[in-house]
Amino acid sequence: MEVGEERRYIYSAEEIDRYEGQLIEDLKARSTEPIPDPDTWLEEEGKRHIMLTTVDTVINWAKRSSIWPVICFPACCAFEFIAAEGPRFDLSRFGMEILRASPRQADLMITAGTLTWKMAPNVHRIYNQMPEPKWVIAMGACAISGGIFRSSYAVVPGYNRIIPVDVYVPGCPPRPEALIYAVQMLQKKIAREKVVPDLPEFLQKGK
Amino acid sequence: MTVALSGKDIAARVEEKLPGSLEDSGDDYLLVKADSLVAVAEFLKNTESLNFDYFNFVTAVDYYSYFEVVYRLESVEHNHSIVIKTRCYDRDNPAVPSLAGLWQGANFQEREVYDLMGIKFEGHPNLKRMFLWDGFEGHPLRKDWNK
Ligand code: SF4
Repeated sequence: MEVGEERRYIYSAEEIDRYEGQLIEDLKARSTEPIPDPDTWLEEEGKRHIMLTTVDTVINWAKRSSIWPVICFPACCAFEFIAAEGPRFDLSRFGMEILRASPRQADLMITAGTLTWKMAPNVHRIYNQMPEPKWVIAMGACAISGGIFRSSYAVVPGYNRIIPVDVYVPGCPPRPEALIYAVQMLQKKIAREKVVPDLPEFLQKGK
Repeated sequence: MTVALSGKDIAARVEEKLPGSLEDSGDDYLLVKADSLVAVAEFLKNTESLNFDYFNFVTAVDYYSYFEVVYRLESVEHNHSIVIKTRCYDRDNPAVPSLAGLWQGANFQEREVYDLMGIKFEGHPNLKRMFLWDGFEGHPLRKDWNK
């Protein structure tokens, strides 16, 4: 495209059309052959060995690798939980960075705080709204036994009065490391769960 | 800073206007007889130079032999305050007159004292439990609760 010195950077509509046309022509000239589909690694996949495992293992692996906690933080332990969630301790390494505000999307209840009897029916209801399978970590002295408020007229002496607890984390409050350890314990516990039912007796070998 | 008025000075003025209404008075409080509480409170609220227009709080203390109900009044205009107290000696059925008619702020706080300490405020417009549920047995801040 011939453009005089005095008209550099000033184009007419016609010149722009011609410039765009040139771009298309260039690309067309470069694209006579199809580019091969990126599928080389598919070959490799077949070369890798086949892994045999049990259904239990696979299902439990899936379950424990994405535990989403529901929001249930009635008191001060919540701050240690927040610290554990944050970038420094980074609970998301265990597949559980997403806090669910709706219990229907959650698998785990971390009971971070003192529970009063007035609050208890609501926590019980949240627990009931969580879909199976579901687990509970009792975090802190208050969640385990009522803690320093145990003798109070208003406090539930331990979450296990109202919901079943899987893992207890002592401390007032427990450090984030302790909570992370509890999550690992829970994952170990889930790994040992039996998901697939036994065969009926007449199909079992030797019976 | 809010100035805490001397209980003795105020007591002298109250005695002058309402003789026999006080049981005792100290440097920082007036101890009012329960049956003249409303009259004294009205005097404190409506007297020009005192003008206690703000009801700061009411609470109660359990001394085993009697309950003491403690009020703190403030004046926004004059920026001074006074503590008045009254006692109820009947442990089974403690009652003091309500001040909710004079200060709206007393309404919820008297309900709280009723809820946790079991003191009845006579003349309260809506005296029912505040924090605990209906059917809760007893009043948990009493010292002999749960014994
Ligand atoms: S265990 Fe301690 S930190 Fe945790 S909720 Fe109870 S009092 Fe608060």
